[in-house]
Amino acid sequence: MSDRLSVFKTYKLYVGGKFPRSESGRVYEVTDAKGKWLANAPLSSRKDARDAVVAARKAFGAWSGATAYNRGQILYRIAEMLEGRRDQYVAEVADAEGLAKSKAAAQVDAAIDRWVWYAGWTDKIAQVVGGGNPVAGPFFNLSSPEPTGVVAVLAPRESSLLGLVSVVAPVIATGNTAVVVASEKSPLPALSLGEVLATSDLPGGVVNVLSGRTAEIATPLAAHQDVNAIDLTGADETLAKELEIAAADNLKRVLRPQPVDDADWSAAPGIDRMTAFLETKTVWHPTGALGASGSSY
Amino acid sequence: MAPVFEYAPAPESRAVVDIAASYGLFIDGEFTEAADGKVFKTVSPSTEEVLSEVAEAGEADVDRAVKAARKAFEKWSALPGSERAKYLFRIARIIQERSRELAVLETLDNGKPIKETRDADLPLVAAHFFYYAGWADKLDHAGFGANPRPLGVAGQVIPWNFPLLMLAWKIAPALATGNTVVLKPAETTPLSALFFADICRQAGLPKGVVNIVTGDGRTGAALIAHPDVNKVAFTGSTAVGKEIARTVAGTRKKLTLELGGKGANIVFDDAPIDQAVEGIVNGIFFNQGQVCCAGSRLLVQESIHDELLDSLKRRLSTLRLGDPLDKNTDIGAINSAEQLARITALADQGEAEGAERWSPACDIPENGYWFAPTLFTNVTQAHTVARDEIFGPVLSVLTFRTPDEAVAKANNTPYGLSAGIWTEKGSRILAVANKLRAGVIWSNTFNKFDPTSPFGGYKESGFGREGGRHGLEAYLDV
Amino acid sequence: MPTTASAAPAHGLADVTASDSTLRRFLHGLPGVDAVGLEARAASLGTRSIKTTAKAYALDLAISMVDLTTLEGADTPGKVRALGAKAVRPDPTDRTAPATAAVCVYPDMVPAAKEAVAGSDVKVASVATAFPAGRASMAVKLADVREAVTAGADEVDMVIDRGAFLAGNYLKVYDEIVAVREACGTSARLKVIFETGELSTYDNIRRASWLGMLAGADFIKTSTGKVAVNATPANTLLMLEAVRDFRAQTGVQVGVKPAGGIRTAKDAIKFLVLVNETAGEDWLDNHWFRFGASSLLNDLLMQRQKLASGRYSGPDYVTVD
Repeated sequence: MSDRLSVFKTYKLYVGGKFPRSESGRVYEVTDAKGKWLANAPLSSRKDARDAVVAARKAFGAWSGATAYNRGQILYRIAEMLEGRRDQYVAEVADAEGLAKSKAAAQVDAAIDRWVWYAGWTDKIAQVVGGGNPVAGPFFNLSSPEPTGVVAVLAPRESSLLGLVSVVAPVIATGNTAVVVASEKSPLPALSLGEVLATSDLPGGVVNVLSGRTAEIATPLAAHQDVNAIDLTGADETLAKELEIAAADNLKRVLRPQPVDDADWSAAPGIDRMTAFLETKTVWHPTGALGASGSSY
Repeated sequence: MAPVFEYAPAPESRAVVDIAASYGLFIDGEFTEAADGKVFKTVSPSTEEVLSEVAEAGEADVDRAVKAARKAFEKWSALPGSERAKYLFRIARIIQERSRELAVLETLDNGKPIKETRDADLPLVAAHFFYYAGWADKLDHAGFGANPRPLGVAGQVIPWNFPLLMLAWKIAPALATGNTVVLKPAETTPLSALFFADICRQAGLPKGVVNIVTGDGRTGAALIAHPDVNKVAFTGSTAVGKEIARTVAGTRKKLTLELGGKGANIVFDDAPIDQAVEGIVNGIFFNQGQVCCAGSRLLVQESIHDELLDSLKRRLSTLRLGDPLDKNTDIGAINSAEQLARITALADQGEAEGAERWSPACDIPENGYWFAPTLFTNVTQAHTVARDEIFGPVLSVLTFRTPDEAVAKANNTPYGLSAGIWTEKGSRILAVANKLRAGVIWSNTFNKFDPTSPFGGYKESGFGREGGRHGLEAYLDV
Repeated sequence: MPTTASAAPAHGLADVTASDSTLRRFLHGLPGVDAVGLEARAASLGTRSIKTTAKAYALDLAISMVDLTTLEGADTPGKVRALGAKAVRPDPTDRTAPATAAVCVYPDMVPAAKEAVAGSDVKVASVATAFPAGRASMAVKLADVREAVTAGADEVDMVIDRGAFLAGNYLKVYDEIVAVREACGTSARLKVIFETGELSTYDNIRRASWLGMLAGADFIKTSTGKVAVNATPANTLLMLEAVRDFRAQTGVQVGVKPAGGIRTAKDAIKFLVLVNETAGEDWLDNHWFRFGASSLLNDLLMQRQKLASGRYSGPDYVTVD
């Protein structure tokens, strides 16, 4: 064992594909499960939230307009990149959640596999929730899902990586862009995830990661008129209600905190977290008869 | 007068692919010789050069392959879907990585232009594996009820026109759903399937999950007739398809068939004309017309017949026929001497029956199997060239007066695989599409393929669908 | 080689332009354009691989087709002189490099440009008609044209009134082009700029192409280079189809000039492939095809040097003006 002094990492936000410090210049102390100092994380302000929404909105057009195949390729690339940095995340998750290495490794593996799961959904969700409608008339009628827009995501408080991935991946798989508020207590894996996202061909602004006081960041997000939906998973009951009231101002789609135990992120995800942030668009088009006489062949 | 803009040769390098002098059968994760030691040669159709010698599987070899697949089935089908998915994702990625090598290989063995293998075949092959990889752990959501089960061992026989792509169409959904496979590539194009075996090795795929047996029709017949095969999937001619249907009659084997076609490409007088011309060219000259869903019958509204034919002929005069490895080649070689003879005979018959034959001026290389792009005009429903599948670069042009008549003529065939509709009027597209008896209808485009989109025929073009959510059904016990 | 249309349209389609309604019916009766198919065709031709001798031919041809352009508020006689010298002798280290087709400047710079290219075959083209917006009275536009022509411009690059076109006042656009055509007299060839990025749809670009040709354009030109979307392979392909079809129908050959956004030799060669395989070899001549460009020329020259020497060139080995 060498007595070499290690180099600390400066944890920064991930906004618009770049790694800024908080515009406020503030940080807060992040400790491990035993209270030992790990790092100083940016303490984001409402202006950071505003900037993140601008970045997410800017990215929405191209990301939602990309082919589902292309989005799937990129999500799979995220899994590849995460696998390559597995050891880093095992260490960070172990520190953040006070887990043994083996348990932390299982969390990281599941997080990688979750990206793979959603990578496969990008070009299938439309086939599962959309389809032709046999209307009673000479019309072609097709319903397809489309992404809602910019989604604010409050990451779960406990599961710092698997939980985070489990709420972010379904939002972006379908073409939404996200402003993610990391777990207040354990934000480091989330901030590090930006390093993976930035090297996975994911366009800047599709995922934006903020750290700090959940209530301080979430409140302006919930009230923001250019945010289309909010996932309240990481909010406690009181905050969730306040945010849902604020969200009503522009009728944001709201995903309420699930009553499940936070530890249960390893369960099969299903498709609910995708459908929560999808709109259904139905297109009508006349078909009509072939001949002018009205007689169809 | 300036010199003419002649494109200098721009050949893709052969050095990117290393073809061995001989290949064995790929059974249970190993390359082995045929039990009786028989081999056959595979040649490059553009030069007639022998590329390699390949083992010819007999009944004993097929039996060994099916046994290997059976043995592998238990563990493979018991794997969590998410693990099967990751194997398929690996395969997809390796195909992407090796796509240039595989494109050159496919062009050498098949004769089709590198432009097509590079820009169409290989991207679609990788995409197909990506798509079905994603289904492996989502079968509960596919609409077949909870926990749908695989069938067992799939015996798959594929044609020579899209060797690797047809392999992908067969193997990807079979593996995703938990089946194991024995696949027989076409006799004239065995190489890319054997390279795929190497990709399975690189991906760490468990032994016996994929087995490749090379040979001719007898090998295929032995595979289909094998009593321990649970699923038969065939792409090829309608005649062989019927024979297979008879073979599996009375067994519990699930059967899907993707067979011949005589696709109608219907052009109305309000079509986007320049794009229609492109679509007609793409419809019949893509892959030298050796495409089951080719738009081999052009049905053009009589009022624009002359104008369209002028444009079409002008466009055909710019097609470049020659060395398939040249990146500027549009029309490559016909796959085999046998196929060339068939195309030649049918075209001659068209001429004998009084249809008017036209080809652009083009130099035909000395060696190899070549057929110039050919148009037949003054064709009626009674002409052989309007009824029989030619499977070559030969387009029959017929006319119609009204949409009713177009539909009646388009449907007047035992086939029902594909059709095209060209018009700027949306409601006409949908009305005509409603009436066409064909499995794939392209509107203002032609010969488009995507792994998410089901493909397959009506009537004598076969049954079952490949691609999309629908493509899972063929490999599930549902 | 077919000759340029004279001031009186020689196309035999006079009845089409008899009234606003006949013109509208004609333009709206042109075949539609399927955008996906058009762009796919352009992209497919973009994959042609042009090597060795073909590349050498294409590079020289492309150089000879450049309308070397400066259209800045900061243009000075000095800048224009430098541009003219470059047009006449693009590569001072290699006299075999062909001259460009023309220099393209604002009307008040025409005298300086004429002086700079004097004694060479390089033409002087002048933008006019209140370029680039075209938002001025007809009198002002025509005065603009006359100034350029009087100063000796060999070619006039006019902009159409996109507002009138988009409002459906096709006859107004037609009449303006005819008037400018007349103002050009017999000495100057007329290029008609549509600003395809503002016309927005391919159907509009096809209609504008026919409108321009009916009105007597010698060239139809994509754009000013001053908007977000300028020349693209797809809109140029569409215009090449239009001149091809127009000649087939009327016997009158019209040139095509993509302008703006073509910066590399690779791009330029793709456009030449479009010309070769769409309009055909009759258009592979700077009398019938031009590139409106500035930085393109140096890339063509560097590629030319690479082909001659076998090593990649760099920006220090071409002139910066």
